[in-house]
Amino acid sequence: MADSSFDIIIIGSGPGGYVAAIRAAQLGFKTAIVERDYLGGICLNWGCIPTKALLRSAEIFHYLQHAKDYGLSAGEVTYDPTAVVKRSRAVSKRLNDGVGFLMKKNKVAVIWGEATIDAPGKVTVKAGKSEAPNGALGAGSYQAKHIIIATGARPRVLPGLEPDKKLIWTYFEAMVPDRMPKSLLVVGSGAIGIEFASFYRTLGADVTVVEVLPQILPVEDAEIAAFARKSFEKQGIKISTGAKVTKLEKKSDAVTATIDDGKGGTQTLTVDRVIAAVGVVGNIENLGLEKLGVKTERGAIVIDGACKTNVPGIYAIGDVAGPPLLAHKAEHEGVICVEAIKGLHPHPMDRLLIPGCTYCTPQIASVGLTEQAAKDKKLDVRVGHFPFVGNGKAIALGEDQGMVKVIFEKKTGQLLGAHMVGAEVTELIQGYVIAMNLETTEEELMHTVFPHPTLSEMMKEAVLDAYGRVLNM
Amino acid sequence: MPINILMPALSPTMEKGNLAKWLKKEGEAVKTGDVIAEIETDKATMEYEAVDDGVMVKIVVPEGTNDVPVNQLIAVLAQEGEDPKAAAAAAGKGPPPGAKAASAAPSPQPSQATAPSPQAKAPAPPPAPSSPTPPKTAGEGVRTNGQSPNRVFASPLARRLAKEAGIEVGRISGSGPHGRVIARDVAAAKEGKGLRAPGAPAAATPGAPAVAPSMSDQQIRALYEEGSYELVPHDGMRRTIAQRLTASTQTIPHFYLTVDCDIGKLLVAREEINAAAPKDKDGKPTYKLSVNDFVIKALALALQRVPDTNVSWTEAGLLKHKHSDVGVAVALPAGLITPIIRNAETKSLSAISNEMKELAARARARKLKPQEYQGGGSSVSNLGMYGIKDFTAVINPPQSTILAVGAGEERAVVRHGKIEAAQIMSVTMSCDHRSIDGALGAQLVSAFKALIENPVMMLV
Repeated sequence: MADSSFDIIIIGSGPGGYVAAIRAAQLGFKTAIVERDYLGGICLNWGCIPTKALLRSAEIFHYLQHAKDYGLSAGEVTYDPTAVVKRSRAVSKRLNDGVGFLMKKNKVAVIWGEATIDAPGKVTVKAGKSEAPNGALGAGSYQAKHIIIATGARPRVLPGLEPDKKLIWTYFEAMVPDRMPKSLLVVGSGAIGIEFASFYRTLGADVTVVEVLPQILPVEDAEIAAFARKSFEKQGIKISTGAKVTKLEKKSDAVTATIDDGKGGTQTLTVDRVIAAVGVVGNIENLGLEKLGVKTERGAIVIDGACKTNVPGIYAIGDVAGPPLLAHKAEHEGVICVEAIKGLHPHPMDRLLIPGCTYCTPQIASVGLTEQAAKDKKLDVRVGHFPFVGNGKAIALGEDQGMVKVIFEKKTGQLLGAHMVGAEVTELIQGYVIAMNLETTEEELMHTVFPHPTLSEMMKEAVLDAYGRVLNM
Repeated sequence: MPINILMPALSPTMEKGNLAKWLKKEGEAVKTGDVIAEIETDKATMEYEAVDDGVMVKIVVPEGTNDVPVNQLIAVLAQEGEDPKAAAAAAGKGPPPGAKAASAAPSPQPSQATAPSPQAKAPAPPPAPSSPTPPKTAGEGVRTNGQSPNRVFASPLARRLAKEAGIEVGRISGSGPHGRVIARDVAAAKEGKGLRAPGAPAAATPGAPAVAPSMSDQQIRALYEEGSYELVPHDGMRRTIAQRLTASTQTIPHFYLTVDCDIGKLLVAREEINAAAPKDKDGKPTYKLSVNDFVIKALALALQRVPDTNVSWTEAGLLKHKHSDVGVAVALPAGLITPIIRNAETKSLSAISNEMKELAARARARKLKPQEYQGGGSSVSNLGMYGIKDFTAVINPPQSTILAVGAGEERAVVRHGKIEAAQIMSVTMSCDHRSIDGALGAQLVSAFKALIENPVMMLV
């Protein structure tokens, strides 16, 4: 009979849950993690990672198509959708195995099944649909002084847009197409919608994006979103903003959508497939939260700076604990949560310093306040820009379309936000994140030596531009 | 998991305390709410209650230990079903003792703080460094970082905000990693929170006065013949008095205003009032006013008449108090404490008198709560009963004034060209020149004099 009593039980093994488990093990807690489907959760298996694999295939396809621009010839370039999907699944499998290895290495017990919390300290696990991996504990009653809920989120379902998984997809189906749709309607232009639009467009589908808000990528800076929109439209993606899909009529192998364009007009569009990417909602159901009296608000568990819920001994991290719904936010909360339990007094996370990345072409990355948000806060700002066309490395790469934008508070020189669109910006943003976290001002950024030739030089130029000292424009 | 018991902060200003007594022994069971220890704080002895159930497996800091920093590990509790031995062994694995209490780095560095020169950014290492990795710590709470021991760790934004606010960054206690001063600490400091006295080292030796004495203990002892003295260890109150009054005289520019008050009418009135006091069922008068009670009331009313003197200095601005909270120095066998009569301007003389008796009695029993002796707008220190004619008192921060009251005695005075005998009491007001200028202080003193010489005016 295996031991059923732990210091900490974590429900959900996504990036929040499994990182919390490792940190807990490092701190000497006897730790268990409950999972019902896949170690690594959505992120590794159906989210961040497999989509990056798909987008990489699309990117290389794009380069090969443009081999001539670089003086190369590649003959006729084609792709095999099955092989593209197979590669993406293999990437996920490798990381999924990796999480299993990490659990074993850190002596974290894996419990397989669906968990409910009966009372503080008590978790019941029922056998789930999927088969347990070797070495996992099974259904039963488990005890732990501390229970961390890390159950993540799932696609939001809007009335009229209910996915049937055949013609109307969520990200799950969109990630494993059996064949390429000729035409595609993407409802919603957040990170998920835009990434799929970008992927399918690059592989040749006729893609339309409908966004209910006036701006695509609604959380991004307006200037960056407008720049991205122009690039997407140049690639052939059709975009309607301020518009709404009011009806989806399913045919045998096609869907006819009725779109209210927001200006009084209505049009219909027939496509092979629809992707509903209208956001995600927290998995707060069937955990026993109502009975325990755990406070929730707008579909998310309410937590404090140390990830505590209103019920002692119950904690929540990641998507299920509210926005921003990002893997790196979940990971950081997992660490804070466990360190707080240990009594290490970690600093609560500053949500303004959580970067966001979208891996479309061109990429988008940002941190902190948008220009509009800064102005809404009545802050007096200095804004600096630098375009990719002014950067030697960008031109050498053949990636001269993009922009870096920074926003400083005029009075204090505090870096309030940074926003970028263009090649590889998702790998650049962290420089600004560190700068903001260390509370640097424009002065330190100007004193920092950036290596030449790199795309990162644009980050310095944008700072210089904010202070009227730009060099290469 | 064993539970680490840390030195509690029993008042907002408490930085360290003495572990006076353990009420639970190793091996004893502890229930939530049990008093496990007595902690001697600034000026009172407080009980420390357990917040968890368990068994006391290890006492880390023995009783009688002085100056234990807040948040230092003092004991370890094993939870139910836990192996006490293992729990005790795990004790050290908690947060490092004093990690939270130890602040980053002492002393200001004003010229380098915000200078844009490259030298300020990256101070050159001292010539011929012997070790590639500079030692991280040298003694508890002191950081050397291989550089000047006075280096202040602060974010660039914090430095800039502090400069704009006119606050030396070295005076701000940092809440960032390793005590680094970050922007929010500056915002707090602007409201007076977490601000150290100028020149006070950040990581002062526990219990030492704010500024190092010019002679070491050893040097002082060497001046006296061995055996010619007895060494009496300081208690918490002695250290607090030393620290606070040293800080007061070093940071507050004092000036003094002396005036003679004719208390002839007051003594007559006092006799009449006391004679008329109703008796309780034991035949005792229900009040007996002292001269000092009149002094408290007169000072409270004077502060209301000259409200600009009823203030406290803070970096952000003057706190103008609405009520007259008057502290009264009470001598104890081994120290001094100043309980406060709140809203004294609204209270009758008999109410003040009875409240004062009650506070003084509890002060002598060391049973005052921190909120009964902290704060206040002004104080009275009366040494008249010892026959002291006139003296000056040290301001009790964050108050701005203190009234030193001498003995009431018959003196020869000149009136209309003739020498007469009169009952005279000399008083000296000490004023904080940061918040009160000379003429303003004089207005307060003359308002006091007018009231104390004509006690009927206290009725209007």
